[in-house]
Amino acid sequence: MASQTLQSVPAEPSPARHETRHEMSPEDAARRDAEGQAYFDKVMAEDSRIEPRDWMPPAYRKTLVRQVSQHAHSEIIGMQPEANWISRAPSLKRKAILMAKVQDEAGHGLYLYSAAETLGQPRDQMMQDLMDGKAKYSSIFNYPARTWADMGAIGWMVDGAAIANQVPLCRASFGPYGRAMVRVCKEESFHQRQGFEILLELSHGTPAQKQMAQDAVNRWYAPALMMFGPPDDDSPNSKQSMAWNIKRFSNDELRNRFVGMMMEQVKVLELTLPDKDIRFNEETKKWEHGPLDWDEFHEVLAGRGPCNAQRLERRREAHQNGAWVREAAAAYAEKQAKKQADKEVAA
Amino acid sequence: MTTPEPHAGNVWPIWEVFVRSSRGLSHVHAGSLHAPDAAMALRNARDLYTRRNEGVSIWVVPADAIASSDPDSKGAFFESPQGKDYRHATYYTKSEGVKHL
Repeated sequence: MASQTLQSVPAEPSPARHETRHEMSPEDAARRDAEGQAYFDKVMAEDSRIEPRDWMPPAYRKTLVRQVSQHAHSEIIGMQPEANWISRAPSLKRKAILMAKVQDEAGHGLYLYSAAETLGQPRDQMMQDLMDGKAKYSSIFNYPARTWADMGAIGWMVDGAAIANQVPLCRASFGPYGRAMVRVCKEESFHQRQGFEILLELSHGTPAQKQMAQDAVNRWYAPALMMFGPPDDDSPNSKQSMAWNIKRFSNDELRNRFVGMMMEQVKVLELTLPDKDIRFNEETKKWEHGPLDWDEFHEVLAGRGPCNAQRLERRREAHQNGAWVREAAAAYAEKQAKKQADKEVAA
Repeated sequence: MTTPEPHAGNVWPIWEVFVRSSRGLSHVHAGSLHAPDAAMALRNARDLYTRRNEGVSIWVVPADAIASSDPDSKGAFFESPQGKDYRHATYYTKSEGVKHL
């Protein structure tokens, strides 16, 4: 195989590969697609992993670009409700913890953008789509964080729901997504524990502090449950995602499992969940919860939640405020490169 | 170190990041990032991939500088070891039971 072509690896945008495909005869392209599909099917059947340069069905690529970039956007927008509280954290210790957590969220966003890029989606395009309001992100981050207790409820319930969702994604069939999720999950458990601890301290504090903790749990409960996505019979893409080994459990399965965990943990907090209908169904061996307001979910997702406009405005503002840093870094890099080139000419 | 050309649209180039988790182990691919030059790539890699002491050393490599085998000919490219079981110790069974062998 002396003539084996070597190509530069990662993140080579897929359009380049499509171009080479245009040069192929239609018969060759069809054969290549058939071989690619056969290999892809084998990988799925063996529950193995697809890597960026492998052939993949266009719809698989499209689904992943959408899911991974939305996931990245959620992490980036998710910095905002908590960043709002950094300056008002009740102690230096809590401030340091909150800063570390918000920095982690930025990191998670960057891991995920990096994974999405291996599918051929340029990062600046993803960020522009977010700022233009064209891209979706998790509905949960469009709710306001009103009190310090919300930092506890977000950590415990929102990050808890995220973990329940993300642990199975560590086995997602697309290698870079699964690997990013492994890293994210390791870091998320600190997030959930620090949130639980905030609530625990408040619930063992003054009656007013306990009430503040209960209020926060009451407000975040339903939005956290809706993070798992619409009910199974209203989730048209789930079946395909499960067939592609991206998704391992249905929305309702994950949600029910999460409710069961919350029910146990809330007892330790000596608080309650604002849902009288939670029960363990002995027949199905599954936890059940009361009705959720799916109209509200769709409204928030469509951009009409309490904080959508504010979140996007803040994202745009942050991007604009960072422009001079990007320009300065680029100018410096250019200057250094020129110096280096001059030195090489002189030598 | 030379800095790769920025991509179209004035986006910083992509760097692949490799982290050595502790002395005695190899650098392992951790992910990628964008940076204008090698120095910034290293600093960003430190902040992004080693926030919890995950590394004692970092390499950053311009993504464009990496060559790889063609994924479409994976079978053919790696066929040479096929049928050469004698390259493995397990091929030699007559010595079973002999000590320290």
